[in-house]
Amino acid sequence: MKPTHIQTTADDHRIAKLAAFAIALHMIEAVIPSPLPGVKPGIANIVTLYVLTQYGFATAAWVSILRVFASSLLLGQFLSPTFALSLSGAIISLLMLWLAMHLPKKYFSVVSLSILAAFAHIAGQLLIVRLWLIPHASVSYLIPIFAIAALFFGLINGLITAKLIYNKTPNAESNKPEIPSI
Amino acid sequence: MLNLPHNLKHAIKTLRLGDWLIVAGSIIVIIYLFQTLWSSEHATKVQIRLGDKIYATYTLNQQRDVHVHGPIGTAVINIAQGRARFSKSPCHNQYCVHQGWLTRAGQAAICLPNQISLELIGENKPYDSLNY
Repeated sequence: MKPTHIQTTADDHRIAKLAAFAIALHMIEAVIPSPLPGVKPGIANIVTLYVLTQYGFATAAWVSILRVFASSLLLGQFLSPTFALSLSGAIISLLMLWLAMHLPKKYFSVVSLSILAAFAHIAGQLLIVRLWLIPHASVSYLIPIFAIAALFFGLINGLITAKLIYNKTPNAESNKPEIPSI
Repeated sequence: MLNLPHNLKHAIKTLRLGDWLIVAGSIIVIIYLFQTLWSSEHATKVQIRLGDKIYATYTLNQQRDVHVHGPIGTAVINIAQGRARFSKSPCHNQYCVHQGWLTRAGQAAICLPNQISLELIGENKPYDSLNY
């Protein structure tokens, strides 16, 4: 029998590498206890945002969706409600990113994308919660809390991503401040 | 990473006009969400249910003891100063009495053994917790 060879491109390798980063961050986050179910920093989204700005939307979508599937397999949550929440959040925030990436770069940095994606993520999750898991209006009491968390963590993740991009940019060396920051 | 204040100062400098607008917009949305979803609306009426029927609806703007005859005995419901509670119940666990005063619209106390429930209602009923 002839062994089948799967041709992989440089793009595939890059997606795999970046998705691995995202999965690792997701795993780290999984062991951090959360005060309220659903309130999580979402540090894996830093990778998605970074990839979006460096390699474009298609790669970011691949990395994000791969991360959701692989992480749920590793945590034993595949096809569970947690997985459904994670996937719907990821899909809605990707849609939001696809829209938001057309915002003028002059005025909107990656921090804006991060905050908008965080809000979209929580909206996607609440949609699943409301339609499927808890079909009851009482969930609405938690929405303001989720919204605050989305703004806070969206802002932090966005700032971290901005810093990563700044460090990556080749001409950053010349105008770097003298104080060693890292 | 160790130089946190510097990093933060630098990070804030990278924010552009649109970013500030997004942050401000988000804060407005959050305030709006808090106002609409966390409005602890003042209750104006108490609805008493016996079995599957509405037994009576009283305004909370009065001082009154209501005696309701349920399947296992008579329960006494106090209404006073915009609040309502079970003050006496023939049930053995007394959960309904221990729940104490109900003050906000949407709050409910249920006595399952005696099939009596109280629900406070505001000007407009926000949601019906008893039908779920």
